[in-house]
Parts: sequence; C-alpha cells; structure tokens
Amino acid sequence: MSTSAASAHRANPVYALVGNPNCGKSTLFNALTGLKQKVGNYPGVTVERKVGTAYTQHGQPLTLIDLPGAYSLAARSPDEAVTRDVLLGRRGDTPMPDRIVCIADATNLERNLYLVHQILDLGRPVILVLNMMDLAAQAGLDIRVARLEHELGIPVIPCEAAHGKGLLELKLALSRHDLPLPRHAWDIPAALAPAVAELQASLTANDTKAPLVARAEALLLLTDPDPIRVSGSTPLSPETTRILDAWKKRWTADQTDWSGTLVAARYDAIGQLVQQVVVLPGETEHERHAAGSTLALSDKIDAVATHPLWGWVVFISIMATMFLAIFTLAGIPMGWIESLVAWIADHVSAFLPEGTLHDLVIDGAIAGVEGVIIFLPQILILFFFIGLLESTGYMARAAFIMDRVMSKVGLNGKSFIPLLSSYACAIPGVMAARTIEEPKDRLATILVAPFMSCSARIPVYLLLIAAIAGSTEVPLLTQVGLMLLMYGLGTGGAFFFAWFFKKTLLRGAPPLMIMELPPYRLPKLRDVLIQMWERGWIFVKRAGTVILALSIVLWFLANYPKPPEGAEPLPSQPIVDAVSPGPDASVTEVPAEPTPAEPEPEIDPLAYSFAGRAGHLLEPVIAPLGFDWRIGIGLIQSFAAREVFNSSMSVIFAVEETDDEDSNRERLRSAISAAQRRDGSKLFTPLVCLNLMVFYVFAMQCISTIAVVKRETGGWKWALFQLGYMTGTAWVACFLVYQIGRALGF
Amino acid sequence: MTLAQLAVGASATIRSYPQAGPAFTRLREMGLLPGTRITLVRTAPLGDPIEIQVRGYRLSLRKSEAALVEIAE
Repeated sequence: MSTSAASAHRANPVYALVGNPNCGKSTLFNALTGLKQKVGNYPGVTVERKVGTAYTQHGQPLTLIDLPGAYSLAARSPDEAVTRDVLLGRRGDTPMPDRIVCIADATNLERNLYLVHQILDLGRPVILVLNMMDLAAQAGLDIRVARLEHELGIPVIPCEAAHGKGLLELKLALSRHDLPLPRHAWDIPAALAPAVAELQASLTANDTKAPLVARAEALLLLTDPDPIRVSGSTPLSPETTRILDAWKKRWTADQTDWSGTLVAARYDAIGQLVQQVVVLPGETEHERHAAGSTLALSDKIDAVATHPLWGWVVFISIMATMFLAIFTLAGIPMGWIESLVAWIADHVSAFLPEGTLHDLVIDGAIAGVEGVIIFLPQILILFFFIGLLESTGYMARAAFIMDRVMSKVGLNGKSFIPLLSSYACAIPGVMAARTIEEPKDRLATILVAPFMSCSARIPVYLLLIAAIAGSTEVPLLTQVGLMLLMYGLGTGGAFFFAWFFKKTLLRGAPPLMIMELPPYRLPKLRDVLIQMWERGWIFVKRAGTVILALSIVLWFLANYPKPPEGAEPLPSQPIVDAVSPGPDASVTEVPAEPTPAEPEPEIDPLAYSFAGRAGHLLEPVIAPLGFDWRIGIGLIQSFAAREVFNSSMSVIFAVEETDDEDSNRERLRSAISAAQRRDGSKLFTPLVCLNLMVFYVFAMQCISTIAVVKRETGGWKWALFQLGYMTGTAWVACFLVYQIGRALGF
Repeated sequence: MTLAQLAVGASATIRSYPQAGPAFTRLREMGLLPGTRITLVRTAPLGDPIEIQVRGYRLSLRKSEAALVEIAE
C-alpha cells in the first residue's frame, strides 16, 4: 500500500489506460493526448507501446501509457501479456504505473467489468470511465453512476469519447491528488483460499511483490492454467512455481476445477454489482429501445453483410476496392515520388563533381531513400482501409466470413487481409499481420505472405513471357494463361507452407477463434488517420533505415571494384561478344549492336564489380536450373527489388534505354532472345524463361521485405529463416522444372 | 445436446464444457458459464464459425469448440 500512497503525491503521475478491445480506448487516448504520442515497441515482443502526454486543466503534464486492449489479465496473446505484465510490475522496461484508468463499454458492462474486477484486485488507485453512455441510453440501459462509485469506492466518469463528452470530468479526476483506493471485497471460493494465501505469501517473500499485487497475481496464476510468457517479463521465483505446481497437482487429483470456480466466483460478484447499478428497461420499454439500439441496427446490417449470398457480394466488393486502391491508386503518388526524387537527384547532381561521391549520393543514398518512401503510398492506403474496417466493425466480419477457408490451411480468418494485400506488395501485407493476435498464426502468415505474386514481379513476368512468345505482342491467351499460372503457383505455395508450418514448426494449441463481433459503428476518421500516420512513420523509421543500409551495400557491390584503366574484359566471358545481333535484329527500330563500331571493346564495370564476380561464383549453383552467370548477376542485383532484374539485363546485354518504355522492352526482349551460351546455343530458351519466372514466384528477392519481416518479428532469426526456405524452395522448384523439362526434350 | 447443434435463432442454457485448454478458459472469461443463457444468432456464410449472443454482446466461435459445449434447451 505504501507504494501507491507515495506515488499519489508524485508531481507527474504515470497513468495506464486499460480496457477491452472495442471499448473506445484508442479514441479516448487520442482525445486526451492529441498528437503528443510516442509509438514504439516493447523490447523483445512485437507489441506496440504507446505513450502520450495529456495536460490537466492547470497545464500540468500527465504521462499516459495506452496498454493493449485485453479481455482478461489471464493473457491469451502477447498483447494481453504485455498489459498484464505492466500492471503487475513484471516488466523491467516499463515501471509499474502509479494509477490506472479503466475504460468500460457501458452498453456491455458485465463482460467489461471482468477485467476491471481483476484490476481492482491490484489495490492501486483506479478511475473507471464508462464510455458510450449515449449508446447505453439508446438501448434503454439506465446506469446509476453514483451507486457504482459508492460500491467500488473509486471515481466513475460517464463519458462519450467519440463526441468529447466527459473528457473535462476525466481530466479533473486525473489531476486529483487524493485518488482513493478501491473498496473492493469479494469472496474467493473456499476451496481455493488456502492456495491463494500460500501463493500470495510466496510472491511477497520471494518475488518482492506488494501484498495486494501479490494477491492479485496469485489469483491470476490460478485462473490461467498455462500462463504465456513474453520476452521482457520477469519469471516467477522457483519457490512460487513449486507451490503453484503442487496445488495444481492436488486439484487435478481430486478433480477441482480451480480455474472455472474462480471465474464463476468473479462473475457472481460482478452479477451482484450490476444488479444494483444497471436498471434494465421494462418489457414494453425494452422492445421499443431494443429496436433502436445499435445491436438491432447491427443485426440489420449483418443480415446482408454475413448473408450466404449477399455477404460474399459485400465482402468481395470491399476487398476488391481495397486491393485496387493499393494496386492502382497508389501508383499515382508513387509516380510523384519518382519524379520528385529524379528532380532532386538532377539538382544535387549539378552540385557534385563526377566521381565516387557523386555516385554514392545519387545512385546509393538518394536511390536508397526513394526505395524506402516509394512504399509509403501502399502502406498508408492499406492502413487507411484497415483502420476504417476496424473502426466500423467490419474487420471482425471479414474474419468471420473467411475463417472457414483459412482454417483449411491451419490459419484463421484474420490472415486473409494480410495475404490479399501481399498481391500488391508484401511489405504492407506483412505489416497488416499485426491484426492477428495469435502469435503462431501471425508468424505463419508473415512467413508465407511474400509468395503472393506482388506488383514488382509483373515487369519481370511480362519480359519473360515476351521472350517465350518471341515478341512483345504476346497472344492474350498465352499472356493471361502464364500469368495465372504464376499467381496460382505463388498462392499454392503460400497455402502449402502455411499448412506445413502450422503442422510442424509452429504447431501448438488448437487455433483459437473466439472473437467478439462488436456492433457496427461510424468510423472515427481522426483515429483512422492517426493510426495510418503512425504505421507509415514506424515503417520509415524502423524498416526504412535497414532498407537504406542494404540498398547502399547492394549499390556498392554492383559498382566496386571499378575496372582498372584499359583493362581487358574479364577473360572467361567477354560480355559484349556474347551478344550477337541475332535474327531478331531485323526489327527496324532496334539499332545495330554498338560492338563492331567501338574502337576497343567496351568493358562493363558491372562485370568487374563484386556483384559481377558473384555471378560467376554463383554459376555452379544455378547451372542445374539452366541459368548462367549473367542471369546470376541479375538475380543478385534484383535482390534489391525484383523489377531490377529487367534493368540489370539491360545493362548486361547493353540495351540502349530510351524514354519509350514499349520500345525499351522490345529491345531488351530481342537482346535476351539473342543471347547465347558459351557453346553458341540459345540462353533464354522458353524453358529457361519459364524457369526464371518460377524462380521469381518463390524466391525471397526483396531486401525491403526482409527488413520489414525483421522489424515485425522482432529480430533477424525469422527474416533469415524466411530468406533461406523461400530461396531453397525456389531452387528445388526450378531444378525440377528444368531437369524434367530437359528430359522431355524442351 | 451441444452448442454446435443449436438451431439459428434458438436459445439455450450452458451446462458444461471441458475444464482444460486455453480456448475454454477464455470462453469462461468471456462470460459463458454453466447457467448462462445464450442465443445462436447466425452462422457464417460457409456454415462455420457461429455467432452467439451472450450477456448482451456477440461472440463468434468455431463449431469444433461449440461441439464440446453441452447445453440444455
């Protein structure tokens, strides 16, 4: 008790905001702190840490920690585990908050009070906010706030966060110096009382917990048969663990349902409280109100939105809109970014003399920054939609509709949107996997998301399809057929590996799909925009730095060392000679290869660079796939982004670039079609082209995705694992396709 | 009779379900206790999961879990 009494006098007390998901906690947090928020991660876990500053009526700053939404302190997800650990003072990185603001949805008081009840056990100063009082009144619920205040002995503030009502009263309560401690007594079931006492004593003595916190933690340890631990959480002392195990063994032997008894006792206590506090409308009143309540309105919407036929129409329309927005709408700002960066590069270029520094700044740094911000439009658009879907309540319906499909491969309905977004770009897709609470489902989704053929693969597919067809004017059927084949391969691969990982590496408890379906609500645009902004910023700050660093490394590898003055072309493979004009050169627009006219053979610096040499080193590995060292260089360079393969091929086969993209592609197509192997046979046979496409379907050729996976999984381990298994899959698939194709005479 | 067999629109009282397993601890904490009245509101378009009304709010769970929840009309 002494700790809370002392902290109550601290000048700038730290408040924690706690509440169930969908109770309006974020709206309240945004309303209290405005844009004075800092978003980061709890070290070692991929759980968002939000801290903000609010000001009292007298301008006194208050620190607010917005803890992740939780239904219970008996945590079932990393998010809930962080909430529990912060409140119990188990995390070294976050001091135990001085005071707690509990937010409860007034329309659904009974279940919301479950968490509040657990928190009151802690014996800390608590303020209870009853949010959505207007909706409760609409549903005909009469909540006697004064009575609740009296029963709990803490301030209870009625509030409508969405309309800013009750904020002033809340701020006044926040700035009170004399926040009372809850008067909170409930009967712990007799069968469990000795165990609670013994655990409490041990937690006080061995885990240095204050007595009331120790009692609350003892109760939690008994509710949760398998408490999940996240990194950063202080483990229990061996003595406490021993006592807990001994009791569990005893209860298992005499068939005491300790967890169920405890939950039931708590709901009994809440039931009694609610009976005194909430006046339900009479029978006739009830019907009148029920018709106007949000639940009734929601039911009308759901009669369509989850209808066996119309449900699909709605679902597909929303998903198609979202997908097209990421896929096409994002192209417009992406074009602006490209022009802006080109403009900046031009101007910077004028100031810098030709040389290493010039190249580093223009081709390394500026191009690298572009490589980061180019993803922002897609990320912002996707998170705008996700925010909209979450704040209206449709997100839960989307998961409800898709769960059956996704459960076939061991995932749950929430994996659908991340996977769908990955068809546009895996980066927002991987970031969207945050909406999946179940850690194993989330990881499985992240691991397979890049198999979905993203927009960066399209230029590569188009080039290779043109090379197969022998012309950029490919018959529609061939083009569509081959494209569908590639999309199908990627999707099939993603589902196979999701299923495989969930059966092996990520096998665990049976999937948990116990999900609240909140009533539909009007979206809060402000909350949506704040979340969208935060996502974009986190991407730039965390993943952006890694992407930038990796792009500079790749630029260096492709440019250094420089060929010495007057050097001979690399002895084994003179690049330019490998390209003969070939029969396709009859296309009139294509200029003759410059080779014969040059006084001395042009030496491509790429061949001298580390990347060029790595192409040679790689050749023994990729030869069984039908690829030679020049394709190897393309594979290495396109590690930056898949579409770089095309420009890499342009450089290697010395294709002159013009402003006309169609003629560029035709030139490139005819150049690669003409390329020959050492023995004079065609390099880009249809089989090799097809195989390259297969390679790009499966291989993790994207440093930006690697950087985002690293950030979203909290370390390099899974990012590198993903790189390894995807590239491995690509190799095996290509090996099979090439060898079987050869055996069949292609 | 189990929750998975309940007809759409019908109400019932929870009798019992397994003690162990994280899913069932969570179901209890969400307010599904022996004696609690529930109504099956609807099923998802593909027949699974189901949506129930409990303690004035809506909850969805899979039929595989619902099949282990014993109910009485």
